[in-house]
Amino acid sequence: MDERLIQESIERYIRGEMLPEERKFFEELRKSNPGVDQMVVEHTLFLHLMERYGDRRNFKSTLQDVHNELFESGQIRQTQETRIVRLWLKYRKTVAVAASIAGITALAISGITSYFTPKADVTRIEYLNSKVSLLEKGQKSINDKLNKSQTKIPVEAEFKLGGTGFMVDPRGYILTNAHVIANSTVVIVENNKGQQFKTNIVYISPNSDLAFLKIVDSEYKAPPVLPYAISRGNIELGEQIFTLGYPRNEIVYGEGYLSAKTGYLGDTLACQIAVAANPGNSGGPVLDRNGEIIGVLSNRQVQAQGAVFAVRSRNIFMALQEMKSDSSLASIRLPLNSTIKNMDRVQQVKKIQEFIYLVKSY
Amino acid sequence: MTTDRNEWELLKGLASNDRKSIETIYRTHYSMVQTLVINNSGTSDDARDIFQEALIVLYEKARSGSFELHAQIKTYLYAVSRRLWLKKLSANKRIAGDLANAAETIATEEDLEMYEHRSRDFEMMEEALLHLGEPCKEILESYYLRRKSMTEIAKEFGYTNADNAKNQKYKCLMRLKKIFFGHYNNNNQD
Repeated sequence: MDERLIQESIERYIRGEMLPEERKFFEELRKSNPGVDQMVVEHTLFLHLMERYGDRRNFKSTLQDVHNELFESGQIRQTQETRIVRLWLKYRKTVAVAASIAGITALAISGITSYFTPKADVTRIEYLNSKVSLLEKGQKSINDKLNKSQTKIPVEAEFKLGGTGFMVDPRGYILTNAHVIANSTVVIVENNKGQQFKTNIVYISPNSDLAFLKIVDSEYKAPPVLPYAISRGNIELGEQIFTLGYPRNEIVYGEGYLSAKTGYLGDTLACQIAVAANPGNSGGPVLDRNGEIIGVLSNRQVQAQGAVFAVRSRNIFMALQEMKSDSSLASIRLPLNSTIKNMDRVQQVKKIQEFIYLVKSY
Repeated sequence: MTTDRNEWELLKGLASNDRKSIETIYRTHYSMVQTLVINNSGTSDDARDIFQEALIVLYEKARSGSFELHAQIKTYLYAVSRRLWLKKLSANKRIAGDLANAAETIATEEDLEMYEHRSRDFEMMEEALLHLGEPCKEILESYYLRRKSMTEIAKEFGYTNADNAKNQKYKCLMRLKKIFFGHYNNNNQD
């Protein structure tokens, strides 16, 4: 009740509704009591803000009223429609020409396409795994039996698919394509010196077709640092690129350029490169001239030679992010600085090749 | 100069909420701002919002007793609208095009800063009132904004006497101030 009286007095005081004597008394109180003074200051501010709030709110609704009134009486009008009409008048000839050119081109292209397209397999995508032939399989199992003591391949396992992988963390993490290790239970990697290591599949990201492996082998010695980096930047059309991979049991170097910023049928996760790629190149790195990995080679269009697609490197970061949220496994630290930036290509490849692995899944 | 005289009269009318003055300003300058916004990738709705915001800037400037624009109303409204629209464009990551490159006609920096500051206060008050709920919101608005007497309010809201209404108003006021200053002090600390 007292509080309420004080509050009401403050309000009357601020509004100047007090009689002179009362006012004098209140001013004395204000001087002697800092608490009251503070309340006066605060309430003055509040009333001021409240008044401004009311002013603006009224003005806003007046404006809306005025707008509607002027609009209905035709004293102001919207110019949007007229602008479209103006544009149409200005460009209708151009539009007509463009439309007919588009029409003719479409007809011509569909004609040519249907004439030249072979009846069977229309733009089929082929994964670049080496699907190992029966013969090879037989050979392998004979070899396996012969070298049982040296090899790490499980005795009764069938060699299913092969591809390429590359190290993304010196602690033994290798990145490859998910389809390279699809449905396999045992994955063995082999470096360019012929050393084999057992690995565990750490994470598969089917969306971006990437998979992380980890070498779990006492014979593996972690190198201090990786020479290349994973690029986070953009890619440029026509950029010179090179690849390393295992289309056969030997590491093979390929050179080319970036031919499109999107992949098959406009897939924005991928890009298109022109490079000689063969089955077995899947999962190999695509590097730019600075030794930065801009993508992971993944598949190629069947009848167009030289049209190869690569998963763009930013997906590696995304897959890693997915993995982190998805599992409690140790975090992978991707290499972000290339130490081979200003070297010539021969030197670059020399530095890189020992980190490129032949991936065999069983 | 007759035009200056006219403009001064218009601003005075605007400050005192004179409907005729508001209408005149609105009618005279609306299409200029509409063209500006629509030619720079906006819609007619955007144009209306921007123009009305610019008018609020002018209104609050005039209401603070400052009729010295150092420019014609037309020039002032154009400059303010242009700045407001540029801001909106960049907030929506849309391309401003030529608009960003065009030279500033007059300085409106200070006025816009003031406007933004007041907009924050406005939104805080609006929010606090909404948060307060009924009947508090209506009671306080009747008293402070519509300037009704407590006796009128008591009758309107069905209180048996003015004292009951006063008590209710007091409680509502305390709650509103608590909500409002909670946000206000937070906001003005940083």
